[in-house]
Amino acid sequence: MSENKNEKIDEVKNITESSDVLLDVKNLQVSFDTYGGEVKAVRGVSFTLDRGETLAVVGESGCGKSVTAQSIMQLIPMPPGKIKSGEVWLDGRDLLKYSDKEMEKVRGKEISMIFQDPMTSLNPTMKVGKQIMEALIKHQNMSKSQAKEKAVEMLKLVGLPNPERRVEQYAHEYSGGMRQRAMIAIALSCNPKLLIADEPTTALDVTIQAQIMELMADLQKKLDTAIILITHDLGVVADVAKKIAVMYAGVIIEYGTYRDIFYNPKHPYTWGLLLSVPRLDVNKDLRLIPIEGTPPDLISPPKGCPFASRCEHAMKICKEKMPEEIKVDSVESEDHFARCWLYNDLAPSVNNPVTERRARLNE
Amino acid sequence: MLKYTTKRLGIAIFTLLIIITITFFLMNAIPGDPFQQSRRIPPEILENMKAKYGLDKPLIVQYFKYLGNILQGDLGDSMYYRGRSVNTILADSFAVSGKLGLMSITVGAGLGIFFGIVAALNRNKFFDYFVIVLAVIGVSVPNFVIATTLQYLFASKLGWFPVSRWGTWQQAVLPVTALGFAYIAYIARMMRTSMLDVINQDYIKTAKAKGLSGTQILWKHTIRNAILPIVTILGVAVAGIVVGSLVIENIFGIPGMGKYFVQSIKQNDYTMIMGTTIFYAVLLIAMMFIIDVLYGIVDPRIRLD
Repeated sequence: MSENKNEKIDEVKNITESSDVLLDVKNLQVSFDTYGGEVKAVRGVSFTLDRGETLAVVGESGCGKSVTAQSIMQLIPMPPGKIKSGEVWLDGRDLLKYSDKEMEKVRGKEISMIFQDPMTSLNPTMKVGKQIMEALIKHQNMSKSQAKEKAVEMLKLVGLPNPERRVEQYAHEYSGGMRQRAMIAIALSCNPKLLIADEPTTALDVTIQAQIMELMADLQKKLDTAIILITHDLGVVADVAKKIAVMYAGVIIEYGTYRDIFYNPKHPYTWGLLLSVPRLDVNKDLRLIPIEGTPPDLISPPKGCPFASRCEHAMKICKEKMPEEIKVDSVESEDHFARCWLYNDLAPSVNNPVTERRARLNE
Repeated sequence: MLKYTTKRLGIAIFTLLIIITITFFLMNAIPGDPFQQSRRIPPEILENMKAKYGLDKPLIVQYFKYLGNILQGDLGDSMYYRGRSVNTILADSFAVSGKLGLMSITVGAGLGIFFGIVAALNRNKFFDYFVIVLAVIGVSVPNFVIATTLQYLFASKLGWFPVSRWGTWQQAVLPVTALGFAYIAYIARMMRTSMLDVINQDYIKTAKAKGLSGTQILWKHTIRNAILPIVTILGVAVAGIVVGSLVIENIFGIPGMGKYFVQSIKQNDYTMIMGTTIFYAVLLIAMMFIIDVLYGIVDPRIRLD
């Protein structure tokens, strides 16, 4: 009888362990207290991420994408920041219930992060090798010599020539691209389940950008790490991300596979983003179409759809009530959601400018 | 490093030569001579004395003779303290002044850095405001006011410490505090600003993202980087302590170099003026060099060559 019970428990365990969902963020709300008032930077963000998968979060500056990412690791400065509500489930544990002390065991070990500017993300007065070793000594209980060996190995893994010499050098002796590689080495040294890359290529020039993206994709395959890639550059996203979340004014306004977002976008904001991206295959005389206006003030966000004031298809209801997430048709029969009243049964149908443009180009 | 040191040595010698030359001719331009105070000296004896010290020769001859003596490490005999050489007076008095200076700078830097760190970690709380007020007082109130206030309060009224003299540790407390106070304030303010600057740096976030604890980040990343600007101002602080000690030594009756320096100018004690000036100059140049080397050690981005 008892054996039977144990078997059952094991079975349940196996199910949860082999479950594909690594990260499940539910209704995350983050605010910052400022002199002007409470800035509601993230206003109810939910998404899931499978093991080894890449999710790209795109959006313009100030839309809350970095804050979302940093809240997952509880890296936002508190105060003035505070996580008002929500759940962040990592492997069946709600990280938002963790104390700072408990989070230390998660940071760097299970979730790692690399930042936008490699020029300032490394400590200028500590040898790069030592900066890699720190996490190893803390999380893997390695001795100094073991950690150093591993640091050399990591630098080799991220493609730095002469790693034995490089571990002994300081950040100022590295170039920008090399520093970002070193950051990746630090982040991946403890084999985390999740890597959050906060605009990892923004500060790099285009050729180095491609190298860094390739390196991340390559290491992801080798180490089976899930990646959340935060960027405002749709060009960077196209090759690497399987799923894309488009954020605007602290909410995810559209979510789908990269095919959904690029070939069959549904939200007018996503249309605007895609139409403003320069393309090589388009006649160079064709003007890019900017999105007019500015994002709303997040101290007192509009009660309706935050994009309504900039949206040419805005209806009366858009200004009155925040649209729910609506499941829209998907290219790949996967989840594709948009927060837009246009997909309500009562709304008039509008033409999709992105698919229209493609159709025109194909003619 | 060797190349750098040689270069610095060359510059130092050149600087010294200029200091010696200017001081020598300026000093001789002051009206009067070393023997004016001793009244009723018969003219013949005065002549003899001047001849003994070489003052009867033309100025330019005196100058080169003096340079020659310095090269042999001889600063000459004092013209006021008869029978004592400048070398021995300096050696004796620097033993006292050096101790006072070293204690003041240790207290100033140590407490300053500590206050700065604590203030930065308690930003906009009581201790932070306390440090800001302290800094304003320390920078704006001159040290002789602080010295006499301390004397009045803690020596004269409360009787906790002796009013003056030098020798025991109790006698050191007040002058060291008076001399170091401005630097406690100045360094605390600077360390606070520097800490707040470093705390907001990206690499601190990187360290946190690695999973390091607050204390680890503080010691290995924050303080290490925040202390760099403090090292730079230590050079200025050493100069300030030297100047400050001239006043403080007089107020507390400490038999240090300050006393001799001030007196030598009053008495037109030529050899003594030159001796103390050269000594202070060498001290400062050496300190600047040490601090530059130190800076190269604490900040790997600085290369000395």
